[in-house]
Amino acid sequence: MLLIECPWCGPREETEFHYGGQAHVARPADPAALSDEAWGTYVFLRDNPKGEFAERWCHAAGCRRWFNVLRDTVSHRMLAVYRMGEPRPAVSGESGLPEREAGR
Amino acid sequence: MTDRTQDFRLSEGGLIDRSRRIRFRFNGEWMDGHPGDTVASALLANGIHLVGRSMKYHRPRGILAAGAEDPGALIQRRLTGEPARTDPNGRATQTALVDGLEADSVNVWPSVERDLGAALGLASRAMGAGFYYKIMHGSRWMWDRVYEPLIRRAAGFGTCPPLPDPDRYDQRHVHCDVLVVGGGPAGLAAARTAAVPGARVILADEDERLGGSLLARPRVVEGQPGPAWADAVEADLRARPDVRVLPRTTVFGYYDGNYLMALERVTDHLPLDDAPAGAPRQRLWHIRATRVVLATGAHERPLVFGDNDRPGIMLAGAAQAYRHRWGVVPGRSVVLFTTNDAAYEAALDLHAAGATVHAIIDAREAPGPGWPAAARAAGIRIMTGYVVAGTTGTRHITGASIAKLEADGRAVPHCLETIPCDLLLVSGGLSPVVHLFSQSGGRLRYDDDRLAFVPEQATQAVASAGACAGTFDLAGTLAEGAVAGADAARRAGFDPGPEAAAAPDCEPEPPIRPAAPLWRVRPAPGLDHAWGLPFVDFQNDTTAHDIRQAAREGLESVEHVKRYTLTGFGTDQGKTGNINGLGVLAEALDRPMGQAGTTTFRPPYTPVTFGAMAGRDRGDHLDPARLTAIHDRHVALGAEFEDVGQWKRPWYYPRAGETMAQAVERECRAVREGVGVLDASTLGKIDIQGPDAAEFLNRVYTNAWSKLAVGRVRYGVMCREDGMVFDDGTTARLDDTRYLMTTTTGNAAAVLDHLEEYLQTEWPDLRVRLTSVTEQWSTVGLAGPLAGELLARLASGQDLSPEAFPFMSWRPAIVAGLHARVFRISFTGELQYEINVPWHQGGALWDAILRVGVDLGVTPYGTETMHVLRAEKGFIIVGQETDGCQTPVDLGMDWIVSKTKPDFIGKRSLSRSDTARPDRRHLVGLRSKDPRRVIPEGSQIVETGASRRATPVPMLGFVTSAYWSPTLDSGFALALVSGGRGRIGDTVAVALPSGEVPAVICDPVMVDKEGARRDGLPAA
Repeated sequence: MLLIECPWCGPREETEFHYGGQAHVARPADPAALSDEAWGTYVFLRDNPKGEFAERWCHAAGCRRWFNVLRDTVSHRMLAVYRMGEPRPAVSGESGLPEREAGR
Repeated sequence: MTDRTQDFRLSEGGLIDRSRRIRFRFNGEWMDGHPGDTVASALLANGIHLVGRSMKYHRPRGILAAGAEDPGALIQRRLTGEPARTDPNGRATQTALVDGLEADSVNVWPSVERDLGAALGLASRAMGAGFYYKIMHGSRWMWDRVYEPLIRRAAGFGTCPPLPDPDRYDQRHVHCDVLVVGGGPAGLAAARTAAVPGARVILADEDERLGGSLLARPRVVEGQPGPAWADAVEADLRARPDVRVLPRTTVFGYYDGNYLMALERVTDHLPLDDAPAGAPRQRLWHIRATRVVLATGAHERPLVFGDNDRPGIMLAGAAQAYRHRWGVVPGRSVVLFTTNDAAYEAALDLHAAGATVHAIIDAREAPGPGWPAAARAAGIRIMTGYVVAGTTGTRHITGASIAKLEADGRAVPHCLETIPCDLLLVSGGLSPVVHLFSQSGGRLRYDDDRLAFVPEQATQAVASAGACAGTFDLAGTLAEGAVAGADAARRAGFDPGPEAAAAPDCEPEPPIRPAAPLWRVRPAPGLDHAWGLPFVDFQNDTTAHDIRQAAREGLESVEHVKRYTLTGFGTDQGKTGNINGLGVLAEALDRPMGQAGTTTFRPPYTPVTFGAMAGRDRGDHLDPARLTAIHDRHVALGAEFEDVGQWKRPWYYPRAGETMAQAVERECRAVREGVGVLDASTLGKIDIQGPDAAEFLNRVYTNAWSKLAVGRVRYGVMCREDGMVFDDGTTARLDDTRYLMTTTTGNAAAVLDHLEEYLQTEWPDLRVRLTSVTEQWSTVGLAGPLAGELLARLASGQDLSPEAFPFMSWRPAIVAGLHARVFRISFTGELQYEINVPWHQGGALWDAILRVGVDLGVTPYGTETMHVLRAEKGFIIVGQETDGCQTPVDLGMDWIVSKTKPDFIGKRSLSRSDTARPDRRHLVGLRSKDPRRVIPEGSQIVETGASRRATPVPMLGFVTSAYWSPTLDSGFALALVSGGRGRIGDTVAVALPSGEVPAVICDPVMVDKEGARRDGLPAA
């Protein structure tokens, strides 16, 4: 179970949160101006990368605030937590992580 | 009946208490053991090896190991006089002996000694890998009538308790700096070095006693015998306030974020009367650890040769453990078959304990200079370059058949050599217990020198120490443990100091020469079946033949071979068999061992009881029940309840002798002809405040909200961005900047989340705040032509005329002396008022209504009546008429979709090509041609006669709601039908198992289409 660092409440169990999918997908300002395909892409298509992924979480059973998380989808490590409206932080390589460790 | 006398117990030695006897029963026979025994050690002390029968061929199976890895010695554990307290498939090797324990073999009929299922073994050639997949392709009749019943009877092990579990189970959630898994030499060293600088340490071990391998082999650490050293370290740890020592606790799962789960067996080792008052039987630990040190040890591998599964065949290290820990010598006439030096020590130990070791068979040409030389000096015959290729015996081994390895590594019979024995020790080397490391996401590597998969790259904050990391010597294990403990403490923020990682010293062990790989004894050409079945997975009866057959049939992935041959399934999850299976597969595919990796290690490491997983969350505590403030009144009225989400809602109120149908008919008539009263408190209520609240509603609802005046109420439909209906309800304007939104009962939390999401993530500029007030207001609805008269009695002075209090408006009022908000809305089509009072006054309001309305015949009605009445009016219920695939237009509600608003959530999707299709399913009414019939909800709708034509039959749609209508004196339904609004009047067919039922498509509004009743009509 993930331990998620709510920017308002601190670290809490994953079960207190709702997952909100990919972050930084802005709702189009003028949907009527979009083609069916462009609108369909906004509504239905999301990235599914192996590795770093910016995603949204909501502290549903806590402060009810939405926020962003940068997570490694392979190791499930949370690389960064930042508030709505803030830009995606640059996490270069493995910085911000506990160091990679040998198995022994 | 002869009384067994523990003939195989030594008169001294071991860690058992000979001063006290424990009486227990195995398969009905009474015998003795001692405190400290497991069921397995006590059985062996009494000369019993045969414990159970295998799953597929019902072969006799004995005790192979001394711990969690044992595949075959499964027992049904019972306590005398306690039928509810029985556990299926317990491991005899891990079940503590207690007074009154009764152990029975599983999967036997009629008895373990004479099992009729064993005849299946004769058919083993026909039951090879994947045989059930193959027979399933044959005759369906044979499968239903013959194969499946046969397989179900023959397979499976123990039986479930026949009664509810009377025991209590607990759960605890804890955090620690360092979790050490395993209390052997590495774990003890790690826990001690981590604890010294003050880290919060948890040390968990599945065994009841710490020490691990030190309990099974004679070793000296820091000048003390191994068990004494372990006791001393444990005492030191227990004296520290921040250290928790958990014996009898299996860490079985390693999840994300260094979250591990462990099962503590709190009282299983005690007779019922001795359990401390209030103690749970088992406790499930949820552990969040900053650092984890795995010190989980290694499992010895058996060897794969003909009939290698007979009772009396035992892992060398297990025999050593029975000798040293339990004072049991499990045989008198011993042969050892090994591929490594370490196993020689076991033969020497049994020799020293008085057993006769006839021979040591070593597949290698050149054993090392340590233990093998000692064995030779002790006069034990050593045969190098030989193997055991087969065995003799039926329910117990009687002899080992020796074969010589040729230069090509294949075995040929060795003339005359079947060595009689009653105990065959086997050792194919050690497999590190990497289960938890692998579960943590760590990557493994196959090590050609150690012949083992070892941890390579961790992805979580974890380190492995000792045998589980591939370090098999004691000095190295102690050193690694100390380093890992110090390192874990340091990384968790503690300063262990420069000396902390110093290794505990121990007496040196003899040097060990590397083992040779021998994944199976390979018979020379033509001799494949000369020596009986070579088992790889003892619990699932997978043989080397099966794995080789799978490879021949084209399966290469280890995951596929696992599923095809069942290698590694079952209660033991292949702890002894998996690595041998991989070796056999690698050989069959002619590729290097380790290239294909391993199958996935999944939790749990050993089985976990459902009781522990449920903990206290049983019965009424399974899920919270939400009750309205009026609940006790409903109970007093004899209501039947229905679950709506977590809410208990009155379903209907049967009077004495009434059926449900009669009660619902009476309640429906009361509302249509008099007045009914409904507890509507469960509807979601959201208080919306802020200068931009109207703009916010404009964006989340499909219709326009800017012009709604204070005091007015409007119905709204909410879509998701894909244009599909998400929720509906009414919203009232309380004042300029404040609204009260209602949601469907089951969707309240989801709607609040949805609204918050848009406010916080898309429109943070809007000045709006949301608060759930569902449980701040009790809501009671009055509905029916007499509702106005009843309300007038309760709210004297309030002008209830349609002009002063029009439909879709609300008024503050004093009702029954209570400050209330009264909403004039209708979900029944009748004149209806919904009265909101502060939550705790709901009961008082309800009581006043029933008291004042008694001469009007005021009738409480439940959700069933509400559903009938709203369906007669064609009102949808989100989740019943919708399943996430309906737009407002599909539901005939294009009147509520604003054409002029530039945007709202989902607007753009309503003009997508798919949502604009004319043949989408529309909400329509449906009347059976037989008015007495109520079509079952969910029924499929097809064209008339379609089900007699070719399949698949094109489906037009389905029935979403269907009821008996007292008002129509007929059954009726709502349905979603392809292009339905263009087919009003058409006859279609409802496909039921009994045949087609003709039905006519009609308008979904079947009662009072003009809406004349909502202002109230004089009672008929």
